[in-house]
Amino acid sequence: MSAVMISRKVRKWEKLPGKNTFCCDGRVMMARQKGVFYLTLFLIIGTCALFFGFECPYLAVHLSAAIPVFAAVLFLFVMAMLLRTSFSDPGVLPRALPEEATFIEMEIEAANGNVPSGQRPPPRIRNIEINNQIVKLKYCYTCKIFRPPRASHCSICDNCVDRFDHHCPWVGNCVGKRNYRYFYLFTLSLSLLTIYIFTFDIVHVVMRSVEDGFLSALKETPGTYPFFFFVLVCFFTLWSVVGLTGFHTYLISLNQTTNEDIKGSWSGKNRVQNPYSHKNIFKNCCEVLCGPAYPRYGPRRCVLPQIFHVQKTTAPLIPNEHTPDDAKASIGVSAEQSCSPEDLPPSFIPPLASPETDAEASVAKDNSH
Amino acid sequence: MFCLLAETSFHNLQELRHNASLANKVFIQRDYSEGTTCKFQTKFPSELESRIERTLFEDTVKTLNNYYTEAEKIGGQSYLEGCLACATAYLIFLCMETRYEKVLKKIAKYIQEQNEKIYAPRGLLITDPIERGMRVIEISIYEDRGSSGCSSGSSSVSSSTAR
Repeated sequence: MSAVMISRKVRKWEKLPGKNTFCCDGRVMMARQKGVFYLTLFLIIGTCALFFGFECPYLAVHLSAAIPVFAAVLFLFVMAMLLRTSFSDPGVLPRALPEEATFIEMEIEAANGNVPSGQRPPPRIRNIEINNQIVKLKYCYTCKIFRPPRASHCSICDNCVDRFDHHCPWVGNCVGKRNYRYFYLFTLSLSLLTIYIFTFDIVHVVMRSVEDGFLSALKETPGTYPFFFFVLVCFFTLWSVVGLTGFHTYLISLNQTTNEDIKGSWSGKNRVQNPYSHKNIFKNCCEVLCGPAYPRYGPRRCVLPQIFHVQKTTAPLIPNEHTPDDAKASIGVSAEQSCSPEDLPPSFIPPLASPETDAEASVAKDNSH
Repeated sequence: MFCLLAETSFHNLQELRHNASLANKVFIQRDYSEGTTCKFQTKFPSELESRIERTLFEDTVKTLNNYYTEAEKIGGQSYLEGCLACATAYLIFLCMETRYEKVLKKIAKYIQEQNEKIYAPRGLLITDPIERGMRVIEISIYEDRGSSGCSSGSSSVSSSTAR
C-alpha cells in the first residue's frame, strides 16, 4: 500500500512571532525599522572613505604609512562589531506554548484565590530570592511567561529579551544578553576611530597651514565641502559616542543594564541593592565582557518538512493500544535521530488530512503557504 | 515504501499522542537563589510521584545543572576564548564552535539518552530547556492507554522504522 506525501520545507524562523526580519536563512535577525541603521552605515563608511581618499595620501607620505593602516584595521573592527550587534539575536525568549501558558494561569489563579467580582485581580508578580534579595518577576501578557530576572519586553520588536539593555535604532536591533559586549565594543572602537580621524584631520590641516598658511591650506585641501561636513559629523559623533561609551563603561562596572538604570531599579536607599553585582569592578567587567558566548534560545534553523496530504494505509500513524510496545519505542527513537529535539519548533503540529481529503484540498493548502 | 518517521519529528508524534491521550506537563522552574546562572530546582514534583523514582529525577536535574555550570563558568578558558575571539573581531566564531555550544550538544545527547533509557519507558519525556528559553525543564506525562477517538478509521501512514 503506498502513501503520498506532499511536503514543503518550512524554515522554523519563518514561524517565529515578534516583529523581526530575518535574512540568510535565519542567520541574520534584525528589527523591522532599519532606516537609522542604514544612516549609521552611511556615516561611518562615508567618513572613513573621505579620510582614506583625501587625508591618508598626504599623511602617509609626510608622517607615516602606519597611520592609514591602523585606521583601516580600526575601521574593519568597527564594521565587524556593528554588523555583529545588528545581525545577532539579542537573547529573545521564546513565547510560552499553550500548555505552559495554561499551567501558569492555573498557578496564578490558585495563588490569587477568589477575587470578589468587581474587584481587580492583584498584579501578576512572582517573588524570588537572588543572593538574599527579593526580586519581583513580572508577568508578560504577550509572551505569557513570567519574565526571568533582568529580562524585559521590547515593544518595537515585540519580544521578551533576556538581560534587556535597550532597543538601539542606530544598530537596528535590541541590545540584550547575547550582543551587549559587541555593542559595547562597537561604541568603544567607534569612539577611538572618531577621535583618530578627528585628530588626524586637525593634524593634516595644521601641517598644510604650516607649509602654506591657513586659508590656502583650506583651499588646497581636496574635497573641502564634504571634508567640512564630515569634520562636523566627527565632532558631534565624538561627544555622543564617547559619552555613550563612558555611560556603558559605568554600567558595566556596576553590572547594571540601561533599562535598570532608567527605571532606577537599584538606586535609592529604600530600594533593593543590585543583587547581580559582584561588588568588585573588575569582576563585573569580566562577567560582562569575558563571559561565555550565550547561545540562541528556542527554535534553530533546522528545516522541517510539513506534511500536507496523506492517503490511507494499513499501519497507524499514532501508536495506539494495538501498536506493539517495541514498535512504539522504535518510533520515538528513529524520529529523534533524524532531527534533534532542540531543533524542532515548539508549536509545530502538522495538519493531518483524513483519507476523505481530496488532492485539490491538499494542493490548495500547499499554494496558500 | 518510504520512511515517513525519519522525517516526522518526535515532538510531532508526541503532540499527536498528546491530542490522542490525556497527557499532562510538569514544568521544573529555575533556581535563582545563586544568581542568574542557569540552575534548575531539584524539588520533586508531586505529579511524578507515581511515575519515577525521586533519586533518578534528582540525578537528572543535578547532572543538567552541572553541565550548565560548566558551560557558564567564567575562568581561564573563557577569558582565553573571549580574548582570542575579540582579537579576530569575533570572526573566529564563524569557524569555531563556542564552548557553550559544545556543552549544549553534550546536554542534548544526555537528555536523549535519559529519555530513551529512563523516561520513555515510564511514559515521560524531557524537553531540552534551551527550547523553552532556559526557563523551565518541561516533562511531558503520557498515559498508557492509547487514543480511543482518533487514528483507527482516519488517516494513517505506513510507519516503518528508520532504515
